[in-house]
Amino acid sequence: MSEPASGPSNGSGSAAVLAAGIGAFFLAVLAIVADKVVPIKRLMVFYKPTGPLSGVTTSAIFIWLVAWAILDARWRGRSVAAARVNTAAFVLLGLSLLLTFPPLADLF
Amino acid sequence: MEISTRGLWTLIHGMGFGALYLLACSGAIVELWRHYGPTEGARVTTRNETFLRVYLIAMTLLAWLAVFTGAYVIYPWYRATAPPGTPHLAGYPQALLQSSASTSAWHSIGMEWKEHVAWLAPISITMATAVFVRYGRSIQAQRELRNAVLWFVVVSFLAAGIAGSLGAMIDKNAPVEGGAIIHFVQGGS
Repeated sequence: MSEPASGPSNGSGSAAVLAAGIGAFFLAVLAIVADKVVPIKRLMVFYKPTGPLSGVTTSAIFIWLVAWAILDARWRGRSVAAARVNTAAFVLLGLSLLLTFPPLADLF
Repeated sequence: MEISTRGLWTLIHGMGFGALYLLACSGAIVELWRHYGPTEGARVTTRNETFLRVYLIAMTLLAWLAVFTGAYVIYPWYRATAPPGTPHLAGYPQALLQSSASTSAWHSIGMEWKEHVAWLAPISITMATAVFVRYGRSIQAQRELRNAVLWFVVVSFLAAGIAGSLGAMIDKNAPVEGGAIIHFVQGGS
């Protein structure tokens, strides 16, 4: 998906875009899993007054930042297929918007 | 004229950070659309570029402040468990909403959606800010990156709008109140 850039590189920017989609998607997935699976729900209580929301959001932020760091390390200074990256990121972001909506999340 | 400490925090979270973020979002969308389109290259000055960098960084701070105050200051008050047999649930907003069929969906749909969808706003705007800080006005030559930044800001606006609207409606039905009372002005008799 990537090659060394001849013009201005879009690798770093594309890494940020895809990582944001991944982070948003994992937020929605973790929210669903923590709601449905009791042991995971307990595991997600990082801060008791906030409950499982604390673990769901902290874990999603961690996954997002790790994905960003890995993608940036791989794509920095390179040109990537940004249209494909955008499509993947938009799909993930759209799914995260839908999956955080409780009536849809309750289908799982 | 007075306000409770919890009411003040709700105001800071909703109006100070959330509403200001929504206003800033609309400005960022207009700025990105008008000045960073493919045919607008020559018009963007260094000053304009610096302005948008600072503006987006300020938006990112606002978005994170909004979600962190929401999740770690206000939400614990909202979800506090009422002692068994508590007759008045005014100090326990979640329990108050769930105590009536006419309001329970404000929690089961409203708050359940708000508490998660709100986080899409800071994630999206952080990405947009990072990309713009990195590329600046050269993003005009990167059509796909420009589109990604613009549409992630739009989604950030949408997520913050959903969270903000639900928060306002939930607070109308079951306000987060309590704590010390702060007196502003003594009214006349």
